[in-house]
Amino acid sequence: MASIELLHVTKTFDKQTVIKDLNLTIEDGKFTVLVGPSGCGKTTLLRMIAGLDPQSSGSVLINGKDVTKTPPGKRGVAMVFQNYAIYPTMSVRENIEFGLKNNGVSRTERIELVESISSTVGLFDYLDRKPSTLSGGQRQRVALARAMVKKPSVFLMDEPLSNLDAKLRVQMRIELIELHKKLGTTFVYVTHDQVEAMSMADTIVLMNKGEIQQEAAPEIMYRKPSNVFTAQFIGVPPMNIGRLQEGEVQYGFRPESAQLSSSPRDALFTAKGTIVTREMLGSETIYQIKSGEQAFMIKCTEDLYKVDEEVYISVSEDKLHFFGPDEVRLDEKSSDHTHHLEQLRGMCRG
Amino acid sequence: MDKKRLVELLRPYLMILPAMVGIFTFVVYPIMYLGYLSLYDYNLMNKAKSKFIGLDNFIEIFSRGDFYKSLTNTALYTAGVVLVTLLISLVIAVWLSKNSKFNAFVQAGIFMPHIVSIVSIALVWLWMMEPSLGFLNYLLKAVGMQPLQWLQSSKTALMSIIIVSVWQGIGYYVLIIVAALQSISPSIYEAAALDNANKFKVFYKITLPMISPQLFFILVIMTIGSFKVFDTVKVMTSGGPNNATNTLVYYIYEHRTTNIGYASATGMVLLVIIALLTFVYFRLLSKRVHYQ
Repeated sequence: MASIELLHVTKTFDKQTVIKDLNLTIEDGKFTVLVGPSGCGKTTLLRMIAGLDPQSSGSVLINGKDVTKTPPGKRGVAMVFQNYAIYPTMSVRENIEFGLKNNGVSRTERIELVESISSTVGLFDYLDRKPSTLSGGQRQRVALARAMVKKPSVFLMDEPLSNLDAKLRVQMRIELIELHKKLGTTFVYVTHDQVEAMSMADTIVLMNKGEIQQEAAPEIMYRKPSNVFTAQFIGVPPMNIGRLQEGEVQYGFRPESAQLSSSPRDALFTAKGTIVTREMLGSETIYQIKSGEQAFMIKCTEDLYKVDEEVYISVSEDKLHFFGPDEVRLDEKSSDHTHHLEQLRGMCRG
Repeated sequence: MDKKRLVELLRPYLMILPAMVGIFTFVVYPIMYLGYLSLYDYNLMNKAKSKFIGLDNFIEIFSRGDFYKSLTNTALYTAGVVLVTLLISLVIAVWLSKNSKFNAFVQAGIFMPHIVSIVSIALVWLWMMEPSLGFLNYLLKAVGMQPLQWLQSSKTALMSIIIVSVWQGIGYYVLIIVAALQSISPSIYEAAALDNANKFKVFYKITLPMISPQLFFILVIMTIGSFKVFDTVKVMTSGGPNNATNTLVYYIYEHRTTNIGYASATGMVLLVIIALLTFVYFRLLSKRVHYQ
């Protein structure tokens, strides 16, 4: 078990700075998910921790020890790659025990470890097979077993589920949560999928353009997004964002925070619009509603309206968020927040 | 209705007919004819005087010392060329496997001999290996070493020919191995780094098995090619001195006019040797070759 600290790290590839002066602390034993759009630097950060692409400047500390000069194999970390990176010429058994052999673990201990780990991940019957004869899900398990068997203090995972089909992905997600609970080690997980981040993380670190946008637990990230980017990245569909009349300030509300009705209702935010699209997903229905220049995505648990129907949107006061000119969220207790609420009320009445 | 079925039945055979005609004319027939000739005391001047002598030609082959001499020469030449070329190509390929402009330039340079005619190459090396005025002895003397007789001594002649063949062949095999090395996913090496594997272990546990299909291919192709060596020998030594570089194909060539039946029989023996060798390779090594 170990905590990870990144202190003032910078990473430059061919004169292009991907990460600049970044600080991050990953708590011991937590499931931390690094999430963000592609090219945001999340994988770079992970590879920095692994030591595969060391930082250009700054330092990486694992368990308080500076590992900048420690090679990847001696950092006590294990990594699961996006394409699994299984050794294709070795059998499943050889794949799993390769790291143990290199670390000088005795033969009897190796056999014991490999057999116990392989039954944990359900590969016991496949130990003498070549990876090419395994399915995608089984290869994923080989990669996991290979990481687990070394009993690392840190687990690094680089989009490990992105090559699996949707159903298997959901199943593996649950297995990973259980695995984390059982092992209790530090997990650092990289993904571009906010659903994966929300469902598995203890802490989400949201990144964009090499900078951390917000670092919080999933529920806080969802309820109190620190800026417009976070508000729109987390949640499907993303938060509806609109501009207040006179300029820079933006308001927002989640798709499920709005009510739809066929006659006007009294609420702080109201708007009249026409349904453009309707997505019926079973337990909920998502409408796209056009109101003047603005389009809103509204999520309803009932399926009452049809395309081209005219409806009224209403959002209550406590569901509204405001973002200042710098796109940073305004606290709901601040005077600015109250002021903008009144502005928005005026805008809707006017 | 019946006619239609007949067409259906014949169509596949009609489709492969052109290819089969080619194969029969240029592959099967010459080999059969070679076998036919090998059973005769064949007279090139007067066909009527040719005599069927059964296996006498083969009996003669295996009782003559000069055949064993050229067989040994060919085996030594093949072993030398195959081992040295594989080893050097592998080392150079590993060195050049990183994609950079400098490496591409070096690779192109190493490949150059392959596109030059072997006759020109052999002639140039012939001059370079000239004992009193040649460049190689000049170099040896310059670094204070004893000059060699190269092609003019039966001790060094075979080695000299091996050097030329290796020099000519390396570029092509480096190209194949570099391509194989570059096709290995870098994440496998990263996984190995995280598994704390040292460089030596990475090479023989990951790199070598990953390129084994290409190495096996090179081994087979090069063995067959080396067993059939002719042009280098013809230009540089004509089998001499004192039969020190007489190889099987050159041996066949020497008998082409005096005794075509005997030459054909030797050709059949060469065919069998190469077939056996290839078979043995597949039996011994195919389990160690990893195909994706």
